[in-house]
Amino acid sequence: MSNGIINWFRFSSPQTFYPLAGKLIPWFWALTAAFGLAGLYIGFFVAPTDAQQGEGYRIIFIHVPASWMSMFLYLVMAFWAALGLGFNTRLSGMMASALAPTGALMAFLSLWTGALWGKPMWGTWWVWDARLTSELILFFLYLGFIALQSAIDDARRADKAGAVLALVGVVNIPIIYFSVKWWNTLHQGASVSLTKSPSMAQTMLWGMLLMALAFWMYSIAVSLTRVRAIILERERHAGWIEELSEVKPS
Amino acid sequence: MKPRHKRFALIGGGLAVLGIAAALVLNAFQSNLVFFFTPTQVASGEAPKGKAFRIGGLVKEGSLKRQPDGLTMQFVVTDTAKEITVAYSGILPDLFREGKGVVAQGKVGDNGLFTATEVLAKHDENYMPPEAQHAVDEAHKAAKTVKQ
Repeated sequence: MSNGIINWFRFSSPQTFYPLAGKLIPWFWALTAAFGLAGLYIGFFVAPTDAQQGEGYRIIFIHVPASWMSMFLYLVMAFWAALGLGFNTRLSGMMASALAPTGALMAFLSLWTGALWGKPMWGTWWVWDARLTSELILFFLYLGFIALQSAIDDARRADKAGAVLALVGVVNIPIIYFSVKWWNTLHQGASVSLTKSPSMAQTMLWGMLLMALAFWMYSIAVSLTRVRAIILERERHAGWIEELSEVKPS
Repeated sequence: MKPRHKRFALIGGGLAVLGIAAALVLNAFQSNLVFFFTPTQVASGEAPKGKAFRIGGLVKEGSLKRQPDGLTMQFVVTDTAKEITVAYSGILPDLFREGKGVVAQGKVGDNGLFTATEVLAKHDENYMPPEAQHAVDEAHKAAKTVKQ
């Protein structure tokens, strides 16, 4: 720390990470509100009606950010799981456990809003095409991860078992993402990707990107809150926790 | 090699093996993973015979006709190379339009007519306001008249 470079490894200890997370959470909530309000305003009042789908297309302002988050959170979860397996750090496993419920929520939102859109637009709530099925598998992977971890009493062993499951499931992420390219699917191709210019009107795109940012900030805020709870639970016998003002009996 | 390097090598190696295995499996199941067959695939005999399957493509412009019985709709699905005529009696989804994507489930009869039990609209990845759609349509019309 003395040479001006932040020593990031310092924060791999629950004791230093706990107060840092506590300080960051309000900021992420504020950003969630700011991006969310801006995104919803553009989504509902500025973005034009779609030529074919009418007003029903506005579900993308939830559907697409939720789907992106569900895939991205899984990658982050698997990243922490791998770090935990490799370095044997306690905090990594806690981070992975903290991300799983939010990831599951995002996958559920993606499937649910997709079904609501599918009925009026496609004519069906659900089809077993590659995109929808692989996203459903992602949802089950999250649930399986949570179930496996809660089934094992010893936290460190639960982390390890969960990490293996999380890493195996990573294979599914590229399958979800590229499913619409590799196979014929009912689900449309990507409107926004890194390799080509987006095929949607500018204001619609802005609304969607702002909502995506809001979902990012929300996910970070919630996961940090959850990881703090996990730290308190698992390290409850540590001396530093007994010294915390929120724990100390007054 | 430190133990943690060993562990990371194991994780990396495991993921690589898993990725290759997944790629091989998906490749083997390629034909089972497609949601629909294109008219060209049907013409070349790739679609299952005597069994229900789905076809997908664009609804040919000007091909949608209501049959005399008042319920059955008939339209042509094309992938611009081959065409299949589809008959369907039921409610078509909102997004069903001539010139737009469609997926129909059903069987091919002896006369080559595809009798659908379910018709779904396939939306494309383009999201645009009505004015932009209008401009695109006008440009298409202009291009057509130039060709003629």
